[in-house]
Amino acid sequence: MQAKHAVNDFVIKFANVNGTGSASANGMFAKAIFRMGIPVSPRNIFPSNIQGMPTWYEVRVSEAGYLGRRGGTDIMVCVNPQSMAKDVAAVDPGGYFVYDSTKPLDLRMVRDDIHYIGIPFTEICLREYTDARQRLLFKNVIYVGALAALLNIDFEILKNLVEDQFKGKEKLITPNIYALELGYQYAHEHFECPMAIRLERGREVAKHIRDFDQILMDGNTAAALGAVYGGATVAAWYPITPSTSVVDAFDRYCRRLRIDPGTGKKNYAIVQAEDELAAMGMVIGANWNGARAFTATSGPGLSLMGEFLGLAYFAEVPAVLIDVQRSGPSTGMPTRTQQSDVLAAAYASHGDTKHVLLFPATPAECFGMTLNAFDLAERLQTPVIMMSDLDLGMNEWMSPPLEFDDAYTYDRGKVLDGEALDKLDERFGRYLDVDGDGIPYRTYPGAHPDKGAYFTRGSSKDEYAAYTEDGQAYVRNMDRLLQKFETAKELVPEAKIKLAGEKPTEYGVMFFGTTASPSYEAVEMLEKEGMALDTCRIRAFPFNTEVEDFISQHERIFVIEQNRDGQMRRLLINETAVRAKSKLVPVLEYDGLPITARKIAATMRSYLREAGVVSLSDARDARDGLEQANS
Amino acid sequence: MTYLRPQFRHPDSPVNRLGYTRQHYEGGLSTLCAGCGHDSISAAIIDACFELNIEPHKVAKLSGIGCSSKTPAYFLNGSHSFNSVHGRMPSVATGANLANRDLIYIGVSGDGDTASIGMGQFAHVVRRNLNMAYIVENNGCYGLTKGQDSATMDLESRSKKGDVNMYSPIDLVKIAIEIGATFVGRSFSGDKEQLVPLLKAAVSHRGFALLDVVSPCVTFNNHEGSTKSYAHMRNNNDAMPVDFVPMRQEITASYDAGTTHEVCMHDGSVVRLHKASEEYDIEDRQSALQAIHHHASQGKILTGLLYINRDGEELHEALGTARRPLNELTEKELCPGSRFLDSINAGLR
Repeated sequence: MQAKHAVNDFVIKFANVNGTGSASANGMFAKAIFRMGIPVSPRNIFPSNIQGMPTWYEVRVSEAGYLGRRGGTDIMVCVNPQSMAKDVAAVDPGGYFVYDSTKPLDLRMVRDDIHYIGIPFTEICLREYTDARQRLLFKNVIYVGALAALLNIDFEILKNLVEDQFKGKEKLITPNIYALELGYQYAHEHFECPMAIRLERGREVAKHIRDFDQILMDGNTAAALGAVYGGATVAAWYPITPSTSVVDAFDRYCRRLRIDPGTGKKNYAIVQAEDELAAMGMVIGANWNGARAFTATSGPGLSLMGEFLGLAYFAEVPAVLIDVQRSGPSTGMPTRTQQSDVLAAAYASHGDTKHVLLFPATPAECFGMTLNAFDLAERLQTPVIMMSDLDLGMNEWMSPPLEFDDAYTYDRGKVLDGEALDKLDERFGRYLDVDGDGIPYRTYPGAHPDKGAYFTRGSSKDEYAAYTEDGQAYVRNMDRLLQKFETAKELVPEAKIKLAGEKPTEYGVMFFGTTASPSYEAVEMLEKEGMALDTCRIRAFPFNTEVEDFISQHERIFVIEQNRDGQMRRLLINETAVRAKSKLVPVLEYDGLPITARKIAATMRSYLREAGVVSLSDARDARDGLEQANS
Repeated sequence: MTYLRPQFRHPDSPVNRLGYTRQHYEGGLSTLCAGCGHDSISAAIIDACFELNIEPHKVAKLSGIGCSSKTPAYFLNGSHSFNSVHGRMPSVATGANLANRDLIYIGVSGDGDTASIGMGQFAHVVRRNLNMAYIVENNGCYGLTKGQDSATMDLESRSKKGDVNMYSPIDLVKIAIEIGATFVGRSFSGDKEQLVPLLKAAVSHRGFALLDVVSPCVTFNNHEGSTKSYAHMRNNNDAMPVDFVPMRQEITASYDAGTTHEVCMHDGSVVRLHKASEEYDIEDRQSALQAIHHHASQGKILTGLLYINRDGEELHEALGTARRPLNELTEKELCPGSRFLDSINAGLR
């Protein structure tokens, strides 16, 4: 059997038991590769459980800079006997299976088309450590050490990472480095190191990676920093996976950055609410009163916030909501990813409502879009929902660095302060559109002794905020809200269009958020096979003119997304000028794992074949076919 | 209701310390039924704010949904107001208060809005001791949807159709005391003498002040057999008189020393209660609950200031927020700038 050869281009997966401390060892493994300057994208595939269940950590290494999931597994590191049968079966032919050889391998686990690397992790731990907890924890460090030898990871970098990790707890540094050495030595003595699949420093990497001084961070932390930079002073939330770490990180940064120097008191307030309804109510109350406030939640929380989102839309109160999507419906799969809140968010609440949505694809965008969300919410006086997901929010991504321009100032929107009210001669009309953009002026409570007070309500009102059941006044108000949504198109981030050539291709591809990376990769695969495709990465709803133009310029468009019903496709059909539904072809994944480039490529390829597109070479079928894409 | 509002004002109408007449504190014309208890409460709020010399624009009025929640439109026209969603006023009030701790927050809710759909938010706003006056206009029924029983309707009280309520009632006052409210009063919309000083005390209290005001629904729950009717309240109200003596004013009236309890508020004003009995200690939770139970067991409704704890930390104190309202912080104070971001980026490499 031939060993699979690959330099800086492979997928390695760790099968662990959750609650055993594997996450930090695995994180160190990925970070070491990152520090070697080789593009890497790690992903936690974890259960909704605290201890004892199977959990996986998948690391993709790709010098071509592909950060989405590829599909398939070249190396499986099996530390969990519970899931061994499934893990053995998941290895690609020619790949490697690293296992604990303390006990002989069950013959049923032996395949003749993969390589086995047995390292007696348990035996080493029993020999070296007496404490049960240490035996458990250091096993993780030992396999990282062994992999360092097998894959050619720079050992100095690993040592530096241990030193970074245990800064302040110095006495833990030596035993951790010792554990790394135990694994490293064992691998060196017993196997040919490095293997045919390996890492090499100093090779050429993709331009889009090389162009930036990359960072490695998760989207939730980036979004929290966006809220700090955006001037949020109030955060109200209810714990829910996978959004919890947004507010955790906000809290952490505020403790550092928002303490009043004179008094030591907090220039921010974080309230853990009794439920998501209350969280959104607090956000609305605070924004109404002139503070920037936000919440973070996931699907079930979004459902609960529905009524309040409708109120904020109709009463025109700014609000920022970070929705870190997970697999629904209902409780669904809380620790698995999806992009399945698109429709629920776009039309959240009863009656005619529409909300502004932002779709980040990188941590840098999580930061920038959250920052921007506060401006948009105040400018448009309406809720703005940042549509992240578990894959982006909770995994570490290589990303261009976070950027902030010191010349930038907040857009607090159309607010009349005490001074402006003083000069106001005419009657203040809270819901009066004085300049045609659909956006009226608002005032904060307490701004002026006798001008600017108004009644905020979810009931129908006239331009002066007076209650009315007059149908014409209601229609005027609803039409103005629509006009405001038109204005929003000019303000939201533009779509990113990439054209394959000078003339539009016949087929186009649309995607958003975390679907972007594997989609770009799939498009490059097809391009190599002779099928060029223009791409459009949607970054916001309402859809702006780039999106409309892209749709009108292409005959057929694949819409790639991670949900069952093709929700973005439906939103496009609903909200753009597209005439025939059949023009938009759904490419979907909804098994809870991030969509892979292979799956996307295979789905598009088979569609194109069926459509009789001849330019597609027939060279690749079996290997990158659907069966494998589904694995 | 009346469609005509008298335009004439007596030229010698009294003015308060700010130079405002009572008219300055009024609101729009009420659209509630003639004789509705809620209108008396609105009038009492107007009196209380007028007499407390409050600047209307420094007040934020909040409400949920229902007849009671419409009433913020009928007092303090010069204040901002937020008529939110059903049962969720506490969260909106919490957010508003977090943004600006310097305003006075008056929340108006009803028994449906608080004791049923909003029970969860009510319980938690009590726990957080949010600095606000929370008035429940309690008529034991759903007025706007035509008279269904609410959760505060007493056991065996009869509805207008003649049905007898077989469900145990929720007594907001007892629950609030139990879960840590720091100011709890009960009153009757028909007893202005007691209600106005109680409202003043509630507004002056630092922390969460609950006033459960029995406010009969003349249309759906004012018949014989109802325990929330005018007649029932007039016959069974054990009212403890309340005086509110503003800061810097000399105390002149005299009561029997044994049953008079004086509480000095944080702003220096004094609340004086003429208690039902000597043993009753309104600063003791158990004693308060006992007194309420005792009167209820005799078919009576004990009203007045029932319980007060002046030492509770209100939400801002518990959170440790700065004295300056959060909504006044400037971009310069809030945004850390690019240099800090550079250090963040450096730490992620």
